[in-house]
Amino acid sequence: MSSDVSPVNSTNAPAESEESLPGAAENGPSGELPEAAYLLGLADDAMVYAQRLSEWMTNAPQIEEDMALGNIALDLLGQARALYPYIGSIDGTGRGEDDYAMLRDERDWRNVHLVEQERGDFADEMARLLWFSAYQVELHTALTGSSDDVVAGVAGKALKEVRYHLDHASLWVVRLGDGTEESHRRMQAALERVLPHLAELFDDDEASVTAAGLGVGVLPSSLHDAVVGRVRRVTDEATLTLPEASSWRSRGGRAGIHSRPMGYLLAEMQHIARSHPGATW
Amino acid sequence: MSGAQTPPTEQAAGTAADSPPVAPERSWPLWEVFVRGKRGLSHVHAGSLHAPDAAFALRNARDVYTRRQEGVSIWVVRADDITASSPDEKDSFFDPAADKIYRHPTFYDVPDDVEYL
Repeated sequence: MSSDVSPVNSTNAPAESEESLPGAAENGPSGELPEAAYLLGLADDAMVYAQRLSEWMTNAPQIEEDMALGNIALDLLGQARALYPYIGSIDGTGRGEDDYAMLRDERDWRNVHLVEQERGDFADEMARLLWFSAYQVELHTALTGSSDDVVAGVAGKALKEVRYHLDHASLWVVRLGDGTEESHRRMQAALERVLPHLAELFDDDEASVTAAGLGVGVLPSSLHDAVVGRVRRVTDEATLTLPEASSWRSRGGRAGIHSRPMGYLLAEMQHIARSHPGATW
Repeated sequence: MSGAQTPPTEQAAGTAADSPPVAPERSWPLWEVFVRGKRGLSHVHAGSLHAPDAAFALRNARDVYTRRQEGVSIWVVRADDITASSPDEKDSFFDPAADKIYRHPTFYDVPDDVEYL
């Protein structure tokens, strides 16, 4: 990629410093194996975004879009489900998918803030989906070469899914950006709003550095230029301007420090499983 | 579509200054979906859906009609672009064929040793 100013890795305004976040310096929320912590970050990103996207069922502009976003949510849920039991087997806890998804408290989740944010309007969701799916395409492309066969296998399957997600988001961003004056204005505003939450995707935290060193994972920062390139191709076609830098950025997700919406999301997602422990259906 | 209110006619909207402009069509156009199954020889009508344009119609069809691996190929076509026979024409269109049984290839004796027929 060209070496122009990165819209997402800007560090000129660290509004929230790492030091100000209690517990952020801990070696991951569970203090467990770095490989497991790394994979948990990937699984939690998928799980939490699946929950957010599923909120669009009955709320999208048309029932066909309900179905499309619901399908994407199910793909992401499947990615998380494939990883959780495997993480439980390598971190020695033997936990299953429900233990991870339904019985962990906020501080034990390692997802980025991007995916936990409230869904906003439809343009907000398309901006988030564009960035997240572009990130996941690069991530899973890299992970197909993982030294861990399970990770490589999950990535190979996920790659087909996330390419479709990226296609879906791209079509919408182009139509909204290059649509009416009103849709262009709102799509542009959505790109500005999502910006502060992107840098976290490309942070090389300790777990990812270790996982990348072992050949299991990939260094998040190494994905940055290709992801920006993918997004820029879409925003260019959409006659939108990719914002250059935000005045602040979120951080802490990979260390279990989350933003306000996360607690509400978990409450809604987990309350049935916690109200009726062990229930099956 | 909410059909509760009668929309103003184009003529009225164009001439009367105090009448509201005709609202743009809120609903996406209708598309007919044809899916060919894995073992299917031809595309079969699967149903219909709404989409803003052809690219999205194809993707919506994928999401609505092939969620359970029903197909390997999809066609979409604007419902407006289909010219269909009318139920009123049923008699003149189809009944004349009813008494022409000689059009069916059933008047041949098939030899016993001919397979696959």
